[in-house]
Amino acid sequence: MSGRTYTQAGSVADAVAAMAAGARPVAGGTDLVVGARHGKSPLPQAMVGIHRIPGLDSIEVDPNGAIRIGALVSHAAILDSPLLAEQAPGLLDASAIVGSHATRANGTLGGNVMNASPAMDTGAPLLCLGAQAVLTGSSGTRRLGLDELWISPGRTAASADELLEAIELPAPSGAGARGSAYVRLQYRRQMEIAVVGAAAVVRLSADGGRVADAAVAITAVTPVIVRVSAAEACLVGADLSGGGEELEAALQAAGRAAAWAATPISDVRASLGYRTQMVAVMTRRAAAAAIARARGQQVRVPASDWSVVR
Amino acid sequence: MSVSITVTVNGITYPLDVDPHASLLHTVRDQVGLTGAKEGCDDSECGACMMLVDGRPTNACSYLAVQADGARVITVEGLAEQDGAGERLSALQRAMLSRGGVQCGFCTPGMLISATALLERTPHPSEDEIRVALSGNLCRCTGYDGIVKAVAAVADGTA
Ligand SMILES: Cc1cc2nc3c(=O)[nH]c(=O)nc-3n(C[C@H](O)[C@H](O)[C@H](O)COP(=O)(O)OP(=O)(O)OC[C@H]3O[C@@H](n4cnc5c(N)ncnc54)[C@H](O)[C@@H]3O)c2cc1C
Ligand code: FES
Ligand code: FES
Repeated sequence: MSGRTYTQAGSVADAVAAMAAGARPVAGGTDLVVGARHGKSPLPQAMVGIHRIPGLDSIEVDPNGAIRIGALVSHAAILDSPLLAEQAPGLLDASAIVGSHATRANGTLGGNVMNASPAMDTGAPLLCLGAQAVLTGSSGTRRLGLDELWISPGRTAASADELLEAIELPAPSGAGARGSAYVRLQYRRQMEIAVVGAAAVVRLSADGGRVADAAVAITAVTPVIVRVSAAEACLVGADLSGGGEELEAALQAAGRAAAWAATPISDVRASLGYRTQMVAVMTRRAAAAAIARARGQQVRVPASDWSVVR
Repeated sequence: MSVSITVTVNGITYPLDVDPHASLLHTVRDQVGLTGAKEGCDDSECGACMMLVDGRPTNACSYLAVQADGARVITVEGLAEQDGAGERLSALQRAMLSRGGVQCGFCTPGMLISATALLERTPHPSEDEIRVALSGNLCRCTGYDGIVKAVAAVADGTA
């Protein structure tokens, strides 16, 4: 047991000091400890428990209307938040399918984001919602977009002494109803890792007749989760009136554009070809669910289940 | 370097010295001496090790004992009710026996903890909610039907 250390941080400053001295933060431990069990990487010699730092486990709206989700907010707490259910249902779609109820009770949003897995479920909806990472280190606090934070599988742009304090969702801009959704291809409903995932966030025109704005991101098919602007362009302007043919055409086109952007691998869970085809299907479903929600239709959380029963 | 922690297990507070890498499961089994929670996979897959940590269902095999410092932990041994006559199995435990939810019993401690967590949050779950809540608990024997029926029986008061 020689050389192993663990301290408990009582504040952000405590955690940053320990991290600057070489300790790795542990929040829920559901990635860090389980990764060590898998033999992926051994547990760090020096660890600092951050799970009891006061103030990092709340969900608040700041005066500008941005939603600040503390890094220690668990997936279970995300599912319990009426504010997020209203403003960011796509994030609930993701948290609802992370692991089992034990994973969701202990696993945090901050751990999910900082683990930087290309298959992480909250990544695509957060990216589409324009989320920013609030990082505090020895030299102060800075904000990074998630596209700047994730640099390669398992690696972030945060330095070793930077603690993620919160994820901020900017206040929605522009008139018109918004909707968001995240859908993953999975072989079972729980205890699964995304084979392919996709998220969409849309804003409708003020009269609700068209898609005014769209964001699309894909999961588990690129080295880091990315937005696909070509798919977004297919959705913007789509006419929602009439029999739905134009919307269906836009959804199909967005799916094809997203599949074009994917660079998946083949492994035991799915081949490259199957994953590529399924990117189109998941993107179409995520966009359809986001638009349905924007139009006030009920799409139950998680949207992955909704697309199954449809 | 070992770390001194204090953990309350089933209402009794234990001061313990633990290796920073020791799991809560090994600590409770080997140092506290409560062997109800089982090790199936040591990997968060099977749920046999499930405990409540400050009320949260937790895979104790993959939870560091040091992180449980100051926490209140409940294991399967803490589920029985105390009354004047002594210990009495909880309604859920009795339902598991009467509905055929137990065969070899290896998964049972974890199943009971998971179901207890579910019923505390959602006293009247649907069958789907029961199956989702128990999805992190594997059973090799029963086919799950008796387990789901036992939880449903507690939920609708027919246990
Ligand atoms: C059985 C099981 C199933 C799972 N299923 C899914 C799934 O379906 N989808 C999914 O996306 N994930 C899944 N996961 C992964 C994991 O549960 C989530 O990523 C979870 O959100 C991680 O949070 P945590 O608090 O446990 O992270 P930890 O393990 O505590 O930390 C993860 C990493 O982030 C770092 N870190 C944590 N918090 C901070 C912070 N505030 N600042 C800086 N660095 C930090 C740690 O040092 C570590 O490197 C699963 C895990 C298990 C064990
Ligand atoms: S022993 Fe902990 S989940 Fe299997
Ligand atoms: S009763 Fe044997 S594993 Fe469930």
